[in-house]
This record gives sequence, C-alpha cells and structure tokens, in this order.
Amino acid sequence: MKNVIAVLSFLLLTSLTNYGALAEERLITEGGQTTATLRNGPIDEEASPPKMSKVENNDIKRKRAYPMQPPTIPHKIDGYQVDLKVNTCMSCHSRKRTAESQAPMVSVTHYMDREGNFLADVSPRRYFCEQCHVTQAATKPLIGNDFIDIDQLINNDSPKSH
Amino acid sequence: MKSSRRDFIKANAIATAAAAAGMSAPVSASNLVATDNKLKWAKAPCRFCGTGCSMNVATRDNRVVATHGDIKSPVNKGLACVKGYFLSKVMYGEDRLQQPLLRMTDGKYDKHGEFTPISWDAAFDIMEEKFKATLKEKGPRGVGMFGSGQWTVWEGYAAAKLFKAGFLSNNIDPNARHCMASAVVGFMRTFGIDEPMGCYDDFEHADAFVLWGSNMAEMHPILWTRLTDRRLSNPHVKVCVMSTYEHRSFELADIPVIFNPQSDLAILNYIANYIIQNDGVNTDFVDKHVNFRRGNTDIGYGLRPENPLEQEAANSDKAGGSQPMSFEEFAKFVSDYDAKKTTEISGVPEKQLIEMAKLYADPKTKVMSLWTMGVNQHTRGVWVNNMIYNLHLLTGKISTPGNSPFSLTGQPSACGTAREVGTFSHRLPADMVVNNPEHRKIAEQKWKLPADVIPGWVGSHAVQQNRDLKDGKINAYWVQVNNNVQAAPNLNEETLPGYRNPDNFIVVSDAYPTVTAQAADLILPTAMWVEKEGAYGNAERRTQFWHQMVDAPGEARSDLWQIVEFSKRFTTDEVWPADILNANPEFKGKTLFDVLYANGQVDKYPLSDIAEGNRNQESEELGFYLQKGLFEEYASFGRGKAHDLADFDTYHEERGLRWPVVEGKETRWRYKEGSDPYARAGTDFDFYGKPDGKAVIFALPFEPAPEMPDEEYDLWLSTGRVLEHWHSGSMTQRVPELHKAFPNAVVYMHPSDARKRKLRRGDEVRVISRRGEIKTRVETRGRNKPPVGLVFVPWFDASQLINKVTLDATDPLSKQTDFKKCAIKIERA
Repeated sequence: MKNVIAVLSFLLLTSLTNYGALAEERLITEGGQTTATLRNGPIDEEASPPKMSKVENNDIKRKRAYPMQPPTIPHKIDGYQVDLKVNTCMSCHSRKRTAESQAPMVSVTHYMDREGNFLADVSPRRYFCEQCHVTQAATKPLIGNDFIDIDQLINNDSPKSH
Repeated sequence: MKSSRRDFIKANAIATAAAAAGMSAPVSASNLVATDNKLKWAKAPCRFCGTGCSMNVATRDNRVVATHGDIKSPVNKGLACVKGYFLSKVMYGEDRLQQPLLRMTDGKYDKHGEFTPISWDAAFDIMEEKFKATLKEKGPRGVGMFGSGQWTVWEGYAAAKLFKAGFLSNNIDPNARHCMASAVVGFMRTFGIDEPMGCYDDFEHADAFVLWGSNMAEMHPILWTRLTDRRLSNPHVKVCVMSTYEHRSFELADIPVIFNPQSDLAILNYIANYIIQNDGVNTDFVDKHVNFRRGNTDIGYGLRPENPLEQEAANSDKAGGSQPMSFEEFAKFVSDYDAKKTTEISGVPEKQLIEMAKLYADPKTKVMSLWTMGVNQHTRGVWVNNMIYNLHLLTGKISTPGNSPFSLTGQPSACGTAREVGTFSHRLPADMVVNNPEHRKIAEQKWKLPADVIPGWVGSHAVQQNRDLKDGKINAYWVQVNNNVQAAPNLNEETLPGYRNPDNFIVVSDAYPTVTAQAADLILPTAMWVEKEGAYGNAERRTQFWHQMVDAPGEARSDLWQIVEFSKRFTTDEVWPADILNANPEFKGKTLFDVLYANGQVDKYPLSDIAEGNRNQESEELGFYLQKGLFEEYASFGRGKAHDLADFDTYHEERGLRWPVVEGKETRWRYKEGSDPYARAGTDFDFYGKPDGKAVIFALPFEPAPEMPDEEYDLWLSTGRVLEHWHSGSMTQRVPELHKAFPNAVVYMHPSDARKRKLRRGDEVRVISRRGEIKTRVETRGRNKPPVGLVFVPWFDASQLINKVTLDATDPLSKQTDFKKCAIKIERA
C-alpha cells in the first residue's frame, strides 16, 4: 500500500512539476538552482499564479480523517450570511430544518455550553460555522501527506513509522 | 460522480455476494468493530496561535492519528479551530526533511553548490569551522541567530544561553520581533513589567469589546468563540470592531468602524479627550495610581540611518524619551483632537466616534480592548499600545474582571519563550536587560559563570540582522523555527542579498524545505511539536507542557538537541577573552556544553524523573533530564520576582497555570490587591513594575506613516494571515484539506478599484511597490472587503512572496516592522 501511495504521489508530482519523489531531490532543479517544494522556482523570480479554482459543489460527503474531524463543506457557500442578524447555514443544518432539507444535523456537541450542559438550541460559542468547517477547492494538493488512517494502522501487521 | 444511498446499498450487496462466493470482501464491508481499537491520548498545547488551546492527541504505533480540543482545558473547553483539528497531519507532509543537507560541489562545501545529504557530524563540522572562523575574525558581533516565538521554553532558553553566555554575543532575536515587540515595549513603558494584567476570564465578564486592529474571528478563532458566546448570550453586550478594511470579525460588530491607516493615533486621543470632557475620568484612581508623561515626538521610522526620513527626524536617536507633565497639561494636549479634526484624519463619522468613546467613558460599562498585529505592526505601535492603556487608566477600567486592556499574542510561545525567557537581543530572563550591569550580574550568578562574561551591548534585532548580513557584518548565522525569507520585509533589497552574500554562512533548521531553507547553505532537519517534549506560554500568562509522543522521522532532531550538541564543539579558550579565563582559571579548557548545560544545575535531574511511558530523545542520549534541568534553572530567575512559575512536574499534570504561581495558586488579575499576591496591602491597585507603584499615561500625537499612496503608487497595501493557514503556510499548506480550503494568495480589492483598472475577479495582476512585486489574482468578493484605496494580500503563499513588496520601516522604539502599510500600484500582468 505504501508503494502504491508513493507511486501515486510520484505521478501526481511529476504531473505538476518536473521533480522526483525524494524530498532531497525536489530541492534541486536542473540548473543547479535549489527550490522549496511549495514554491517550485527560484526566490528572485515570480511565477504566474494558477487560475482561481472553483469550490467543489457536488454535495457528496467526504470521508473524515478521524471521527472528531469537523466535516468539510461539500457545496458552495458564496454569499451565505452569517452575522448578528442571521445564520444561513442553520436554515438547513439546524435540528428543526433537517427533515425538510435532508442536510445533516449539526453535531450534538454543538448544543453544549462551555461546561458541557445541553442547551435548547445550538450554543452561541459554535455560531460561526466557518471557524471549523471549510469548503474545498477543486484543486490538487501541492504536496502529498503521509498521514496514516487509524483503520489502516490497525490492519497493518508491521506498522511503519514514516 | 454522484452516488445515492441506493447505489451504496447495491454495491454493498455485490461485495457480500462476492464474499459468499469465496472471494475476499473489502474489510470495510465486514462492519466489524476492530478488536484492538485502543488509542493512547495525551495533552499538548496547539502548535499554532497565541491563544494556547489545549489539544488531545491520539497516538498509536508511533504515529499521531487524531487530534481534538481538550474538554478539560479552561482555554478552549473542547473546541479547536479548523487548523487545530488538522494538527494530526502537519508532521506528515511527504517532503519532511530527514537528513542534514549542505550545498556542495565535488564533495566540498560551495555556496553555489547543490544541496547534498551529509551526516550530523559533517554538518556540525562545517558549522563549527564557519562559526569559529567568524568569531576569530570579527568577534562575537560577527555571529547571529534568529529564533522564534514557536521555540519551546527550554529551546529558547538554551539558545539564549549559548549566544549570550557562550559565544558572548547578544545578536540573537526571535521572530516575535515581527509580532509582539511593540506590545512588549508598550507594557514596559506604561507598567514597567511585561504581559497582560488580565486573562481570558475577562471574556465572560465584559460588557463591551473593542478590537483595535485585530481580526480575531480568523486569527484567534477560539477566543472569538468566547467573545461570540458572551455577545449572543447577553444582548446588552456591545462589540466594536475597528480596522482599515472589513473582515470576518465585522460579522459580529454592533459598531463597525473603518478608519484610514495610521489614524488610530488620532482616534485614541479623541476618546481620551471625550472621557475628560464628559466627566468620565476616575479621579480617585488617577490621583492614586497614575503618572503623566509627554513622550518625545518626530522619532523617525527605523529605516537605515542614511534614509532621508531618518535624517529629517528630530528625535530618532532618543525615541524613548519623555518628560513629566500634569493631568491638566495632558487634558490640554488631547483637546486638540476634537471630533472635526479626528474625522478629518480618520474618515470615521462623528456619530461612530461618540459611540466608541461612550463605551470607555461610561463608568458602568466594563470594557475589554483587544489588539494584535494591526497595532503592533505599526511604525507607532508602541505609542498605540501606550494610548490604549491611557483610556483604561483614565477610567480605572483595569485589572478587574471584564475591565481589561488585552494584548493578544501572535505565536504559541511569544510570551512563554520569546518574552519571558528573554530571547530578544536586549533581554535576559524575567524582564531583565543586557545593558543593565545589575541584571547581567544576576544572570551570571544564576548561571554560575564568571563575572562580566555577559556582554552589555544590545545585539542586532530582526531587521538589523538582515541589514548586517547584507553589509557583511554578521557572517555566521543560524535560523531556527521560522521562515524569515518569506516573512522579513523588503526581501529583494535586504534579506535575500544578506543570505546569499558570499561572505556569509547561513544555517536553517526546519522540518520542511521552506524558502528560507532554499536560501540557506546548510539545512538541519528538525523534530517538531509532539516529536519532542515541550512547553509554551500563551497570551494570558498560561504555561503549558507536553511530552514527546512519537519519534521524529529519519535523522530529524529537535532544535534543543541541535543547540546542545553544537555547544560541545567549542571550548572557553576559543571563545572567551583571556582576561576572564585568567581571572577564573577553573573555566579554562572546558567546553561550552560543560559550562552552560553540564553545570551541576541543568544536569542534576535523573532520567527516572521522566514520567513513565514517555520517550525523551535528547535526555536519553545525554543521560540526564535536560528539559527539567533547563526549566528549573530558568524558573529560578522569576521566583520571588513576580514571575513565579510552578515546579516542572506540576505542569505535566495541569492544563497550564497562569503566572505568577505563588504557593501553588495561579494569578488571574495582576496589580489588584486581593487577586495578585504581589500587590501590597492597602494599595488597592499596585503597579509594582514601576518604582512608585504608578502606571504611566503618555501624551503622544498623531504622526503620519513613512510611505503613503501618491499619484503613481496609488493604493495602500495591508498584509496578514487567513484562518486556514498558520503564518507562512509551511505546515498548513501540506495538509490537503487546509490547502484546498484556501489554495493560493489573492489580492482583495474593492470592486470599483478593480473597475477603475479595467480588472475583473480572477484576472492576473502585478502588485508593485518601489521595492519589488508579485503576481497574483484579483478577488473582489469573499471574506475581506477593503475600502476604495486599500488592498489586502495574505502572506502564507510561498509562490507569491508579498514580502518583496513590503517596506522595512519599523517602530523606532520596538524595532517591529509595519507590515500593514506601504504604497503600491496594481497593473494587469
């Protein structure tokens, strides 16, 4: 599995850049200039920025990296008003609206105050949804991440560190 | 690809049928609960901002597998922001540095060579050679170090010791200089002692919150949840948000105020004047607890001395000076700032000015003022800090629950490490300074070192270090835990020429290949966060510890290990003056490791003191509990001096404690008799940082910014962070979910400023100043809404180095850069 990941990330990277998969290699470009992986170019030249990417807007739930990860938002939220007057997110995701909207209800933890008591409605401390929940642009990661999912770790007979 | 619930059931049915037919079904289809599903949970403060949330970290098989907010922490009570929830992934970017890398050609060091993997021994060999050669040729002023408010407490302490007491050089400074220096000088000038008097409990007590240049909703998200909770649960509470552009914190604003850059100085004087004119002065408090002083004006802008702006400034060489004045003289001074004049300077309508002023002037309203980079990154940042305290001191709204001028901290240990340990070029532990002989003497005694060994000269600060590198004054330089090539202002003209100056040898310790690593000559691979034992101190004076939970990858080692190992390469005979050694022959021939770390204090705690079940790479290698020894030696500076820390082991049990910790009890409100054990009986309030127990109100004027928009460079540029990325993005941009939440920097601008330049959202543009330019794309929607005439560019994106554009003007008092104001133009690319 690790090999598959390595090959996949190699393909991904070579499609984005011309550098190999080893970190040390990726520090070096052909001209002998060295380069940071998130920049991929010399420090004294400015490259053209990539086009602005669209937000994924397919309503398909994504797998969470671990159970307590706040789910990412699978739709656009352009122009959603969340302020002193109104919270547009709650018009679908609040308990009273989910039957109608078929959107997931906000987690039960969101009804708890600082001391862990349940409130009648969502706690004001959870009011600004975007502090934890974010949309996802339809773009590729700049660099792979070797985080290992707990399920995979449990299934591995000989877990590897890094 | 859209899949319905029905498709999912169908797919599952096929898998089950396949299993029945003897084919293996995917594990997920079995729906069995794993038999061994235990995780090891432990606490650690978050790696990111100065809020200091406590996190629960799950590990298994030497890997971090999950993170969430610690329900037992008084700071965050189970919450974390999106960055905090994804902490699990910050260590696992696939390009983690795992071996030292040296620029080499044909097997030899070459400044223009390619990075080549070498051993730690070889890395220390070349470092030793370069540092020794420099020390021999230039003396202690030729070496330097740039550290961080993200160093752990003992890393900063060990580094400061190595430089100040080992190499005898005060050329060590943290990146907290870019972040909190103005706050520090503000505290020292007004109170004579650093860090906030109040604490986060103030959020649950205040009736009004005033944000003076802070976008807490994005930069201190969990404190924003506490403020939001207070505002929405208590309808009488008012929130005033002030900024030079509209941002997310405005969503909660009852009083939203947009002011012209630099005009906060005028608004503060207007409010002081309003308080005086409308009977808002707490006369009893002012008579007993306050002195008035008139600060020197026309103090310059911290540019190079040959800059015309410095030549013209009357008091650039005595920026910190002040003279005593009376209350009446102060009242006359601020009376210049009436509504008409203030509106003219600030662009804020009189109605709003009055609304704001009333929050302070009304004796029944408990006010919490909050600020971060909008105030600190300001060429008059110290003044603004002083002037916010003016309002709280005039009204006596201080040091009691809900009455709190609160300087928010940027980094997780800007307070705990940079400030309290004293890693600044002018500082020693516990608020002491290198240019005070008494303070040096105390440090020499605590460190068991010969008298007069610590140098009395103030070392080079962050911006000065880059100038010194460019000018060839510093030739051997070590950077740890920061990405200064992406952060430091005026990259093209100052920083990059300094790093690439052929006379210089630049060492960069980092976990990832950042642009700073790219500009270096030697890269040292570094352990991060829970790969080492650590301690951070947050904005409310809370010191928090964590254990090493996993091993660092490959040969990566902590900054602490690197510092201590490097100290073994030097003997006192090589780096100390002969007269000191002749007067103290017992120090002759010893290594710096012997005199600084194996001194009978730092090495006195056995490995058996490490709490059972925890790794500790550095200590296991050395044979003593290094972190405990360093902490206890350091803590001896502050105990009994109003900076009391608890003992080492206590912090591994507690969710942090707020210093001073006296007789096992933390302190929530300082300077108030009854809640602060150091406030003397009968004083009511005791500002004991000053010899007479009185805080200082400063009379300071509005003065213009060093560079303002003109006909050619016709826009203000402000820079800053975004919620999803921490600082230069070297950790968060390697987390796929965070990258996809905010993939690239953009230039936020007003739609009519775009139209005027025939630009539309998404167009590629050049952002150009007199110093450099970047290419980016226009954003006219979204979270930041600048007014006409101002644009905002975040700095997390290594592919768009906005620090090529920013100006290296600093506050002359704090030496902190103003990253919020310079003049630029925008052209289609």
